[in-house]
Amino acid sequence: MPQDEHKEGIGGMINPRRYGIERVAYLLMRLSGLGLLAYFIGHIYETSNILRGQVGWNDFMEMISTPEGHIIMSIVIAMCVFHTVNGVRVMLGHGGVGVGKPARPDYPYDPASQNYRHKIGIYSAILLAAVAMMYGLAVMFGE
Amino acid sequence: MRESTIMKIHYGTALAAVALVAVHILMRLTMNYAESLEYENVLANYKFVPYAIMLELILILLSVHGFNGLRVILLELKQGRMYEKSVSYGCLAAMIGLIAYGSRTIIMTNMGMV
Amino acid sequence: MAQVSSVSNEQSPTAKSITLKISRYNPEHDESSGFMEFNVKYEKWTTVLEAILDVKKHFDHSVAVRYSCRQATCGSCGMIINGKPRLACFTKISELDSNTVTVEPMNNFPVIRDLAVKFEKLFDTHQKIKPYLIRDDTELVSDEKEFLQTPEEVEQYIQFANCIKCGLCNSACPTMATDSSFVGPQALAQAYRYVADSRDKGKDSRLKIIDDSHGIWRCHFAGSCSQVCPKGVDPAMGIQLLRGYMLGFSS
Repeated sequence: MPQDEHKEGIGGMINPRRYGIERVAYLLMRLSGLGLLAYFIGHIYETSNILRGQVGWNDFMEMISTPEGHIIMSIVIAMCVFHTVNGVRVMLGHGGVGVGKPARPDYPYDPASQNYRHKIGIYSAILLAAVAMMYGLAVMFGE
Repeated sequence: MRESTIMKIHYGTALAAVALVAVHILMRLTMNYAESLEYENVLANYKFVPYAIMLELILILLSVHGFNGLRVILLELKQGRMYEKSVSYGCLAAMIGLIAYGSRTIIMTNMGMV
Repeated sequence: MAQVSSVSNEQSPTAKSITLKISRYNPEHDESSGFMEFNVKYEKWTTVLEAILDVKKHFDHSVAVRYSCRQATCGSCGMIINGKPRLACFTKISELDSNTVTVEPMNNFPVIRDLAVKFEKLFDTHQKIKPYLIRDDTELVSDEKEFLQTPEEVEQYIQFANCIKCGLCNSACPTMATDSSFVGPQALAQAYRYVADSRDKGKDSRLKIIDDSHGIWRCHFAGSCSQVCPKGVDPAMGIQLLRGYMLGFSS
């Protein structure tokens, strides 16, 4: 990053500490998106093993059916649920839904767009992701 | 293509993928999880044409959505005419490559070429 | 580049003191920025700008800071105060609840010197979105009245007309942290201000300008811009409402 532009850079972009839960959601959305894309590519490769016949498929399934594999899978479930629920919230927000109505601002100027509806949406996404992760762990380790 | 058109596709693929992936995951839960991943059951899924069509749709929807998302992140990280063109065409190529690779699995398995 | 100094105590016995850390950087001959520390007395009502001006008056006149109105109207004294973009004239030291106050130049703006930054890009992007009423019949002919608006029509945009172009929103925006070509929340909120004005007929041309690979779609509704706005403009709301037009949610 050139010094003359004085950009905050990636460190500033991913820093979730200064601007509340909305910025945490922004970071988690990015990370879960990248994680899910990586998993999706891996999943396409994983399922292509069906072309290797029963022996090839079983070998591959055995290789990934480990505690580590189950933990990775449960993280993927959490990322998937968070990305979906928060994605719906963001999409509605992008359409102007639930961002409040323009009005003459009064001191101390609490921004109407950062309202409880969106905060509930973010906390719900995190909570549902955690529940889905637990459920995934129960299903995979319960067998 | 205008950015608004690309982003409308981004939102559209997301919504459609949510519905289809939900069906895909529920299919894993119609029986015991480990059992659903056994060779015969997976093969049966692929050979059932409506399910194979659904897998193909999921493949296309998630590839378009995922690689466009990656393009957006990469465009925001760095700027420059050459870099931005490389990112856009690179993501498009990766998207087509992944769809082609996944389609090969679906089509060959569905047609019994295993 | 550290220096600890104390302002002479001309104030009341109720005055407390803090350490004011000021970022010092001259791009013409410094390789990197550093901090100078000053011990400053303050009262309950003392603003960060007043503390900086105290330092300039008593210790180091060379500290570069831009300011004018001292009442959050001119938008000149935006800076990073204890890690967040704020107006120095609108931020009381007592409200920061810290024994150390660190002031740095705003992020995402080129530094002129110390706390003063260049605003050219902000003004360029502001100008790019055509911040004026567009209509064919701008010139009034005789017997015509001015363009009347109902109070409801005024409510649609008046909040966004409060923008003082201080740049705090652009400094807080996560996209602007890495994207040099992004239009930015300030300009996008102003685009909405004019699009939402019932007298304006330039919606299509403005939407075309911001429908770009570094335009409105690079906003991800993180809302940091609205959280730091000192005038209650709420750029995040304006941007989402503007995008609502483009997605067909509103007409």
